[in-house]
Amino acid sequence: MAYSTQKLHEEKVFKDPVHRYIHVRDQVIWDLIGTKEFQRLRRIRQLGTTYLTFHGAEHSRFNHSLGVYEIIRRIVDDVFANRPEWNENERLLSLCAALLHDLGHGPFSHSFEKVFELDHEAFTQAIILGETEVNEVLSRVSPVFAQNVSDVIAKTYENKQVISLISSQIDADRMDYLQRDAYFTGVSYGHFDMERILRVLRPREDQVVIKSSGMHAVEDYIMSRYQMYWQVYFHPVTRSSEVILTKILHRAKELSEKNYTFAHEPYHFLSIFKGAVTVKDYLKLDESIILYYFQMWEDEEDPILRDLCRRFMNRNLFKYVEFDPSKEYKKLNELEKLFELAGLNPNYYLVVDSSSDLPYDFYRPGEEEERLPIHLMLPNGELKELSRQSDIVDAISGKRRTDHKLYYPKDYILDDSSHMEVKAKIKSILGLE
Amino acid sequence: MMKDHAKLMQAFFVSGEIVGRKKLQKMIYIAKKLSFPFQEKYQFHFFGPYSEELTLRVEELCNMGFINEMKEKKSGYTQYRYTITEEGKSFLNAQAANPMPEVEDCLKDLNTQSSRFLELVSTMLYFEGLDEQELIEKVQKVKSKQNYTAEEIVQALSYIKHLSTVS
Repeated sequence: MAYSTQKLHEEKVFKDPVHRYIHVRDQVIWDLIGTKEFQRLRRIRQLGTTYLTFHGAEHSRFNHSLGVYEIIRRIVDDVFANRPEWNENERLLSLCAALLHDLGHGPFSHSFEKVFELDHEAFTQAIILGETEVNEVLSRVSPVFAQNVSDVIAKTYENKQVISLISSQIDADRMDYLQRDAYFTGVSYGHFDMERILRVLRPREDQVVIKSSGMHAVEDYIMSRYQMYWQVYFHPVTRSSEVILTKILHRAKELSEKNYTFAHEPYHFLSIFKGAVTVKDYLKLDESIILYYFQMWEDEEDPILRDLCRRFMNRNLFKYVEFDPSKEYKKLNELEKLFELAGLNPNYYLVVDSSSDLPYDFYRPGEEEERLPIHLMLPNGELKELSRQSDIVDAISGKRRTDHKLYYPKDYILDDSSHMEVKAKIKSILGLE
Repeated sequence: MMKDHAKLMQAFFVSGEIVGRKKLQKMIYIAKKLSFPFQEKYQFHFFGPYSEELTLRVEELCNMGFINEMKEKKSGYTQYRYTITEEGKSFLNAQAANPMPEVEDCLKDLNTQSSRFLELVSTMLYFEGLDEQELIEKVQKVKSKQNYTAEEIVQALSYIKHLSTVS
């Protein structure tokens, strides 16, 4: 029997708090789960530093990847099977792409990618196509299979229907993470009737569409995205921890560029600092490693690195004030000067964080062909863009709320043991009096 | 501080009016590929390289009153026109951002092209690692709906070469 169609002697099931069970019957999927590159995802949290705000948010990209796989499995096996618009030959490709779509995520990847100008999607492709266990498994299916999986994840595969299942404005990725993140953070947002959405998904020539009878379930899904963004993903305390994490990485990089001698050699960072990281180096990184260095750096000689690491490890985060750049940008220039005078490097201790620093994809109705919108399929087969049919979606997909906050170390500013006069001015500007 | 916003403001300042969100997306992507220091992260989407981060940042600049967004109804879609405001110019003057004089020629040049052509150019740059024949085949596959002609593809290849001389 061909490897691509080989089934396990007995179905394997993973207990899962979101989908109850994750079912695996394909030998290829089972083998991929067992690779060391996929197992590494157990050591990368799905929500980065959010656990410092919502203590339950310790779930990993491994959990999420299995969840996305399970959603796609239900779609292709239970909903799309035997439909003339669906090509059964794309089944295994869809399952593999779902399972591996986050394979290249690094530790705390949002901050990490910003500071070191890395791209997890490029690493996903490099891992799938490189000399890895994952590539070895995929190549046993066919010589072009690894490339096809990589193309689906990169959204450059020629069959857009398959891409649309894994990555579109209503896809398995989002359907899993919204529910999973809600479950693990413990919030009551993020819930919607996924079973209903799956039942009304239909394959069309270039995309996956929703039967119009399922519009209200999709409205719920869009509202969940909106609420999860403002209540969880963009929580101001999580943003503070991201700010500090980013600044630690910046500082470590800057020190390395200045040939600073670290008391504890950052062995795992060396190729990253040099901008020459290989897939092999990258795969050695996980969040345990990063936190190990942060703990070591708590005793570094450099006062900024030491202080920032202590803050992160002990959750002594920066506080914030609301900031309106259109009216207050001059105030910011003044604060920068005052921070210098108070002995605080403003590059590390005065940070504007904007909504665009954590881009979260609001539903966009596809103005000027920017992104493919969600299409409802009317009973006569005609397609209509979702916000034109739903007042609720229309209301939240118009002008977006944007937000800026100014983060700073309040404990230091309130400490009057030094620079009293300067700090008094800072307090006055920040409204701390 | 707000350096990434300031870089985009410089782009608006030197480009003059930019007509169309798609054009804006592709202009910044191409400039970034030519090593101009824009920080917005791009991914490949249905219509080519697209940055959600750029979309959000432009929305922020509009909400701040630094960029003016004019909406125009066209047949079947809405088109947006972007210009920098006086407040935006004041913000830019107050920033100690490093000027990017060399980006001006590049962005001005890009701004004279159609968004359809820039979509083709940006898609070709996205696959720049491929050799020429593979690149053409890839573009024809992922952009099959756009029906780019052989002539347009040749023009795009030559335009990419031309861009390296203005950057």
